[in-house]
Parts: sequence; structure tokens; C-alpha cells
Amino acid sequence: MNAAFVILRRELHLALRGSGDSATTVLFFILAAILFPFGVGPEASILARIGAGVIWVVALLAAMLSLERMFLTDYEDGSLELLTLAPLPLELVVLAKIAAHWITTGLPLIVATPLLAILFGLPPQAFPILLLTMLIGTPTLSLLGCIGAALTLGARRGGVLIALLVLPLYIPVLIFGVGAIDAAVTGLPVRPHLLILASLLVVALPLCPWAAAAALRQALD
Amino acid sequence: MANLHRFANPNRFLRFSRVILPWLAGITALLFIVGLYYALFASPADYQQGETVRIMYVHVPAAWISMFGYSVMAGASATALIWRHPLADITARAAAPIGAGFTLITLATGSLWGKPMWGTWWVWDARLTSVLILFFLYLGHIALSRAFDDPTRGAKAAAVLALVGFVNVPIIKFSVDWWNVLHQPASVSRLAAPAIDPSMLRPLLIMALAFTFYFLTLLLLQIRAELTHRKVRALQLAQASAQ
Repeated sequence: MNAAFVILRRELHLALRGSGDSATTVLFFILAAILFPFGVGPEASILARIGAGVIWVVALLAAMLSLERMFLTDYEDGSLELLTLAPLPLELVVLAKIAAHWITTGLPLIVATPLLAILFGLPPQAFPILLLTMLIGTPTLSLLGCIGAALTLGARRGGVLIALLVLPLYIPVLIFGVGAIDAAVTGLPVRPHLLILASLLVVALPLCPWAAAAALRQALD
Repeated sequence: MANLHRFANPNRFLRFSRVILPWLAGITALLFIVGLYYALFASPADYQQGETVRIMYVHVPAAWISMFGYSVMAGASATALIWRHPLADITARAAAPIGAGFTLITLATGSLWGKPMWGTWWVWDARLTSVLILFFLYLGHIALSRAFDDPTRGAKAAAVLALVGFVNVPIIKFSVDWWNVLHQPASVSRLAAPAIDPSMLRPLLIMALAFTFYFLTLLLLQIRAELTHRKVRALQLAQASAQ
């Protein structure tokens, strides 16, 4: 278990000392969302209506951006092979990587979300639910995305391929994330949506590291 | 297990498939002739849907096969990962484009039916959305299995993806029960008697059988083509290294 924390710390150190991937991701998140008022027009009622969906869709895309680098650098310099030889299950290594990805991508996105909510003029009662859905939903994105990153290791055009593999799997998270916010805005019960979102996380938490570890073993065969 | 490994030898499989392929194709043609006759002429028009109901005789079997095809692909992928069966990899790779084709037929006939009946080509309900996701899972599988310079690496990665994507199949099946959707609930595979008149059930079942045999014929053809392709590749490599 300690070893997993060591890997997590290593990943966070690398991210902090690195080229500021997190900042780039957040910038992409904000910029891509800001395109929508230009695209559909600045009418406040439309923006408030589509805001939650836009924020969630752009969050999916932003979370996907940094997936390719999850294993690639370690794969290329050979440290991934050392990690598989380490005396801890590969699943735990993968889980540490996922946790690092969420801390460096999901968490910054959540911090930037209120800004976008204000820009889109979301109703105040939607704010806490929006943050809550992001808090429950973004770890699932990191978990699912990890499978895509592991599968495309060493592929031609890996980055584009990840999008093709991961986006269909992201759709349920998007549906229930936005569903909860829409329910909050229209005064319907929010709890069922949040429970389904949480159950997605609970199912993905053990299964995704397992599948991703299997994919990594195939890649290193 | 002994049976499973008997056909691990590609040549034995090629001989076996050469014998049964004409039979499969013949049965498919026969079933289609009978099925289409019943579907187009010898069955009544629906009292609500009129003649449009005949689209169902293509749409419903295609939808079944699109899920059956994915199950075949996932089963073959599991076999390939667990027992390293060489033909299983090829089967999974061969099933993907066929399954994608049937899914496309499902989506296309569904929207052709939806336009006169629901008044729209497309609605974003759970059944339609999950079938669309199935289509993209097929496409992702095709892209991934062909994205590596080393074909065995692509096959392994695609096998893991096929198993991950299998969660979608029960979601498609039960989406009409779990969510309140526009798409009608299951009317054939129910524990009680089917909620469909025998005069319409007959062409539907014959067409379903025809589609199943059609799928098997295509699958066998595709596997043979894949095996031949590998032989050609191996010969080309041998030729290149001899020069």
C-alpha cells in the first residue's frame, strides 16, 4: 500500500515540476466553453439552459486531453516495465496513476467550474449540484480513460484513437451528470441521478484498474 | 476443450469451413426467400401502422444480430485472452465489421420507420442511444485492432476493449424496461405468451433465423479471408527477406 502512495507522490511531483499540464487542461476547459456563447449567440436564457451540458461536455474533452500521457512517457523510457516488476500488484500501480490523473486534471477542472457557471449564468440552485456531480463524475472519467490510455499504448495515432474508444464509455456519466443538474433546476428530485452517478463510480473503481492492468500486461508482453 | 482445440489448426478449419460454407449460404438464401415472401406478401398490414410494419421484419432481426454479433465478438475475445486460441482472435476481428454493418442497418431501418410513425428520424431515448453507442464500440474495436504495426498486439488490445464494451449489451436489452422510452418494450421474448399475433410472429422468426444464418455465413467468409490475408502476408514477408 505504501508503495502505491510512493508512486502517487512521484506522479504528483512529476506533474508539479513538469510543464504545467494541469494549467493547460484548465485553460482548454475554459476556452472551449467560451466558444459556445459565440457559437449560439449571447442570449442569456439559451446560455443558462445549455450551460450545464456545455460545461460537462467540455469537461469530458478536457479530461481526455491528458489521458495519452498517462502511461506513454513511462512506456517509452522503460519505467513502466520496472513498475510491473515491482513487488505490488499492477492494479495498484494503475490505481495510483488514476488517482494522480484525477488530482492533476479532475480537481483543477472542478475548481474552474464555478467560473464557467457564472459566465453561463446558471441558476444559483444548480451550483452545488453541478459541483457535486463533477466531484462524483470526474473520478469515473479518469478510471474509464485509463483503460483507453492502456489499450492504445504503442498504437499509431494513439491520441485520436483514445477519443474514439473512451468517448462512448463516457456517455453514461454525461447523461446522469447533466440529468442531476437539470433536475435541480426544474425542482425534480436530484437524488436518483446522483445515486446512479455514484454507482457508476463504485462499479468502475475496482473494474477499470483491473481491465487497464490487463491491457498493460498485453502491451508489455 | 478437445473440440475447441481441434480447429486451432487453420488448415483444418479451412477444410471444414469449405465444406459447410455452401450449406450455410444455401440455407440463408432459402430462409430469405421464404421469410421475405411472408414478410412482404403473406402477412397482414398492421391496424395502426399499416404497411410500415413490414420494416420491422428487417429492423428487429438486424437489431438482434447486432447484439448477437457483439456477444460473439466478446466471447471470442475472452477465449483468445484465456486460452490463447489462435482462431478466436481472428473470429473477433472478423465479427466486428459485420456487427457494425448490422448495427447500421438497425439504425437506418429504425429511423426510416420512425419518420412516419413517430414523426421524427431520431429521438434521444435510451434504446436508440445505447444502440448508437454499440455502433461506436464496434468502430472503436475496428480502429483499435488495426492501429498497431504488430497485428497480435492489436488483437489483444481489441479483445480487452470488446470485453469492457460488453457492459453495453445488457443495457441495450433492458433499456426499454429500465427507462420510460418511446421505443416499444420487448414483445417477443417475454415469459408470458408473445404480445404479437402469430401471423406476424411467423415472418419475424423466419427472418430472424435468416439473419442469423446470414451472419454466420459472412463470419465464416470473413474468417477465411482473414486467414488467406495472413498467408499472403507471411509469403510476402518471406519473399522480401529472401531478396
